[in-house]
Amino acid sequence: MDILRFITAGSVDDGKSTLIGRLLYDSKSIMVDQLMAIQQQTKHKALGAIDLALLTDGLRAEREQGITIDVAYKYFSTPVRKFIIADAPGHVQYTRNMVTGASNANLIIILIDARNGVVEQTKRHSIIAALLKIPHVIIAINKMDMVNYSEDTFNNIVIDYAAVAESLGLNNITYIPISALNGDNIVEKSELLSWYDGPSLLSLLENISIHQDVDLNITRFPVQYVIRPQSPKWHDYRGYAGKLISGVIRQGDAVTVLPEGLTTTIDYIELNGKKVNEAFAPQSIVLHLNDDIDVGRGNLIVLSHQLPTVSKEITTLICWMDAKPLQKGNRYWLQINSTMVKCMVSEIQYALDVNTLEQKNNVSNIGLNEIGKIVLKTASPLAFDSYNTLRANGGAILIDEASNVTVGACMLQ
Amino acid sequence: MEKYYLDHLDQLESEAIHIFREVAGQFEKPVLLFSGGKDSITLVHLALRAFRPGNFPFPLLHIDTGHNFPEVLQFRDALVHEIGEQLIVRKVEDTIRSKNLSEPKGKFASRNALQTFTLLDAIEEFKFDACIGGARRDEEKARAKERIFSVRDEFGQWDPKLQRPELWNIYNGKIHKGENVRVFPISNWTELDIWNYIKRHQIALPSIYFAHQRKVIEYEGQLVAISPFIQIAEDDCITTKQVRYRTVGDMSCTAAIESTATNIDDIIVEIIATKTSERGETRIDDKISEAAMEDRKKNGYF
Repeated sequence: MDILRFITAGSVDDGKSTLIGRLLYDSKSIMVDQLMAIQQQTKHKALGAIDLALLTDGLRAEREQGITIDVAYKYFSTPVRKFIIADAPGHVQYTRNMVTGASNANLIIILIDARNGVVEQTKRHSIIAALLKIPHVIIAINKMDMVNYSEDTFNNIVIDYAAVAESLGLNNITYIPISALNGDNIVEKSELLSWYDGPSLLSLLENISIHQDVDLNITRFPVQYVIRPQSPKWHDYRGYAGKLISGVIRQGDAVTVLPEGLTTTIDYIELNGKKVNEAFAPQSIVLHLNDDIDVGRGNLIVLSHQLPTVSKEITTLICWMDAKPLQKGNRYWLQINSTMVKCMVSEIQYALDVNTLEQKNNVSNIGLNEIGKIVLKTASPLAFDSYNTLRANGGAILIDEASNVTVGACMLQ
Repeated sequence: MEKYYLDHLDQLESEAIHIFREVAGQFEKPVLLFSGGKDSITLVHLALRAFRPGNFPFPLLHIDTGHNFPEVLQFRDALVHEIGEQLIVRKVEDTIRSKNLSEPKGKFASRNALQTFTLLDAIEEFKFDACIGGARRDEEKARAKERIFSVRDEFGQWDPKLQRPELWNIYNGKIHKGENVRVFPISNWTELDIWNYIKRHQIALPSIYFAHQRKVIEYEGQLVAISPFIQIAEDDCITTKQVRYRTVGDMSCTAAIESTATNIDDIIVEIIATKTSERGETRIDDKISEAAMEDRKKNGYF
């Protein structure tokens, strides 16, 4: 059994919460007491059938307003897989939450209302999927019951969406017609959609191959913490603790410690207190080096024949997440995995308004929920990979020096 | 099977160890909140994997309501002795006395809400900047929205609308003086994951998790153990039943379930078959209002 993390995106009334409620309900992940609680609330709100959307609305304000404010994480499993759903809100002003949910996802389900087809919001969600390089995309064309389960309607939307996907460079797309409200094609294949020859949504989720989503070719090990017991028994013990974020590492490998560039070899590897010959991503391990060199938190250990970029000038795509705009000349903390450096915005190349899809050149700032391309100058050299080639070592955050809040998501180039 | 394959429990374990080490790397004075329940025992086990052969870079803190199950206290002390780590105990009793608070009243008078005062006092006393806890997102709707690094202001308050975005596996632990971060390494585990992990690594637990004979009263469908901490009325019917606990909280506000599960395998079978959520079945304190947990969390509760 492995873990598939996915995010659902859709416009306000596309039935996103209903879909999640349906998946949880039909996979029997909802408990009787939770069901009774939403039955009661459905009565409070004077609605008819059980409102499955209420299952995912966790905060009081959300239930009152009938909207989703923040990313909620939901869990269910089948005998094949454990699923973690990041339920992100669909409205325009919460793009940052969708980016948050998308950053860890193996897969995104983009909901399209069959009556409306591809709308602006669909394009926005697709831009984020492309920007965050989510490995797998499912386009779920929902509310098929409202269009008489029409194959033509489905096919036309597929043609429309394929054009959007091509313009954004999105691939690995699967299309499926569903009705979340009625449960058509969710867990079981629906007879009302007999013209559709693919699997049900749950079956798709269970069978999509995600093994290659972890890069096992390029080895990256950010040092998080140095274990030095300093006790008589472990007098000379000095272990570098961290998680292998990508690749494989073996005893004897020639490695380079960045950003300094010192070289040594792997003496031995510990996994949960036992010596092992090799380790692979995403295992948390302890590395021991053959030479006594200065290594600590913030260092990146890599195989010497697979060096990443080491630079003080970084071009990056950015999604801005703060009400106070990003401005040229501003200083921030840049955090990538366990490394933190100071940086300054030296150039803004363009900003893209995700709502109007309008690209603006010659701008002096990037506002909340806008996407842009900028150049950062860092106080010391940073070792990183392009997000396009290695997601695990190419994503970084910007932190406001005064408020300490995470204000930007960077996809380093 | 692929050669380099981690199953879901190994992945969850690695994620939790990574979070523990981020705490160690980012904070000056972290602490691990330890209740003696299965989730915090699992945290201790994960911390051993994250830091041995070194010591934990933090003490354990038990907020003692005085309404504990004696079996859990014995277990706590034995575990701390075995691993050789520091345990700090702060008592709600002392907070009630020093702050002149009123004892909660009622049939199942719970000191659950008062724990928050003691916790905030302890954070102040030791200047803790990160508190590691065993909360899971599958437990409750408000918890489903919480970050792994969750910032609290100097009054311990959680503002769900002002949470920091948390991207990839990057944890922003930067805070101002007086603030602290609540850290939840097992956010992504479910109750069943915990039990399967306990089984895989043969982690020892307090005996009350396993079926045993106990004197209880039945109250609104829940079984509450006879203890000095609850009021027993004349019309309460005291019976002896074979029960176990699905969660460990106070004797005054944790209900038992009828069960014949005397070992971990039986418990896993029971949980797979169950139709009621963990908190719904066993926590008397969550039933008060729909937003009970959200309100408590906003005020500094875990």
